[in-house]
Amino acid sequence: MIHLLGELSAVLATALFIFALYWMNDPKTARRGVIAGVTGMTVAVVATWIQPEIVHHGWIVLAILAGFLVGVPLSQVPLTAVPQRTALSHAFGGLAAGLVGTAEYFLWLGGPATAAVQLTPFRMSALVAEVILGFLTFTGSLMAAGKLQEVRWIPQRPVTYPGQNVVNIGVLAIAVALGVLLVLNPGAPWAGRAFLAIAGLALIFGVLLIIPIGGADMPTVISILNAYAGLAAVAMGFVLNNKLLVTAGALDGSSGLILSIIMCRAMNRSFTNVLFGAFGKAQPAALAAGEQKVWKQETVEGASQLLEQARTVVIIPGYGMAVAQAQHKVRELYDALTKRGVSVKFAIHPVAGRMPGHMNVLLAEANIPYSALVEMDEINPEMPQTDVALVVGANDVVNPAARYAKATPIYGMPIIDADKAKTVLAVKRSKNPGFAGIDNELYVQDNTWMLFGDAKAVLGDLVKQFGGGGIH
Amino acid sequence: MTDLGSMLFVFVLATFIGLGVIRRVSRLLYTPLMSLTNAISAIAVVGSIVVTGADHPLTIRILGAVALFASMTNIVSGFMITDRMLKMFKKQ
Repeated sequence: MIHLLGELSAVLATALFIFALYWMNDPKTARRGVIAGVTGMTVAVVATWIQPEIVHHGWIVLAILAGFLVGVPLSQVPLTAVPQRTALSHAFGGLAAGLVGTAEYFLWLGGPATAAVQLTPFRMSALVAEVILGFLTFTGSLMAAGKLQEVRWIPQRPVTYPGQNVVNIGVLAIAVALGVLLVLNPGAPWAGRAFLAIAGLALIFGVLLIIPIGGADMPTVISILNAYAGLAAVAMGFVLNNKLLVTAGALDGSSGLILSIIMCRAMNRSFTNVLFGAFGKAQPAALAAGEQKVWKQETVEGASQLLEQARTVVIIPGYGMAVAQAQHKVRELYDALTKRGVSVKFAIHPVAGRMPGHMNVLLAEANIPYSALVEMDEINPEMPQTDVALVVGANDVVNPAARYAKATPIYGMPIIDADKAKTVLAVKRSKNPGFAGIDNELYVQDNTWMLFGDAKAVLGDLVKQFGGGGIH
Repeated sequence: MTDLGSMLFVFVLATFIGLGVIRRVSRLLYTPLMSLTNAISAIAVVGSIVVTGADHPLTIRILGAVALFASMTNIVSGFMITDRMLKMFKKQ
């Protein structure tokens, strides 16, 4: 009876999880998705806990309390730190899978003779997959979180050395080979040590996988780690013969897969190129051709006149805007302009920010209505009719060189056509080139005017120029 | 074999459902989507509960308790931060 209850609640939880994701198709219904998710999770946890084989309750209560103690503060981080938190939670997911896999294996190994029967080749393969995926996701995501948080002892720059791919693939290959040996002889005298060696190699591989990856590729890397974490949960479901785990893991895995594909496409990269290309390794900028043009600087007064005469303005935000904490000034400018009847839209590049969708969240926090946030593909046809394109803290995603300069790392990357607007205003902190190390010729175009300075200060001055048009 | 068969069956179907549903997710919401799927895949918590709570040797149960803690952290922070972000999306 109680087992049947367990099975039925697993079905209910599965349905609720699918609805949770389905409701994410519209911001209006999305919060319902959270309620569905929480309900499904509660049902599944309670149904598992009341099973008769659960006899020790104290540790479960303690671990759950500790989870709340750490989880609640982790959910209150500033939104600029959401990518780190996400990476950290991938790490926790991987750790849980790896630990449960290890526990299950040693249970079987140390259990009575009848238990060895359960170690079918299928289950053993799933166990090996669970432990490799789990532990590599754990250390890989920790490294990614460290890089995003800019922890001092984790190098920000990509770390590369000759033969790196050979070493990486070699480590993984040894782990897989040991895994195959284990599948063939799950109960051999050396099996326990081989299993631990696999776990150790997976932990090392996770670190090796992430150190050659640079900051600009983080949105893709986080998505790939998301897929790995999901697959680790699937493998765990195979091991425990638990369909709910397989389903939830598959949902997580396919979400990670889709986001990875979208991120790769947005940077014109292939999967293999992201993982093994040692990108971020700054290629020498080979844009020497042509005479050196110079940018034209504009004053805040001039810029505000330009904006005043505009009828359509497109603001193109980049992560630099968030670094300067200028979102709220952007909102004030948006308010001041819309009050004057100017149509203002925000052009969002898929990789703007440090994880998929990051820029939307940062702007939503500043109370900018989501109806004003427009994706790259939708805004680009409108750019030629746009009076003013205002670039705030974005660089590579508006660099026209991506269209034709084959020697640059950004070549082929889809960009927002800021250069096609009638007038371009670009707010930039310094006169240095952007992340990819390439000069941005958008800045030296005939119709571009530069506003040098801290984005928050510059935009604040702009808002003031509008005669106190900003609220607050 | 039936084990293998039905589990793979579930996996393939769930993946297709996942791809279908996720493809329709609003592009505005990719960040909350990731924290939501994160929390959902922490359903691994049920595996940890069994390992921690059943009558197993102590070392096994310690591994289980750590895994349970990790999953629970993901559940709590995942759902809470998703809701916190979704609250910010306003139409006008």
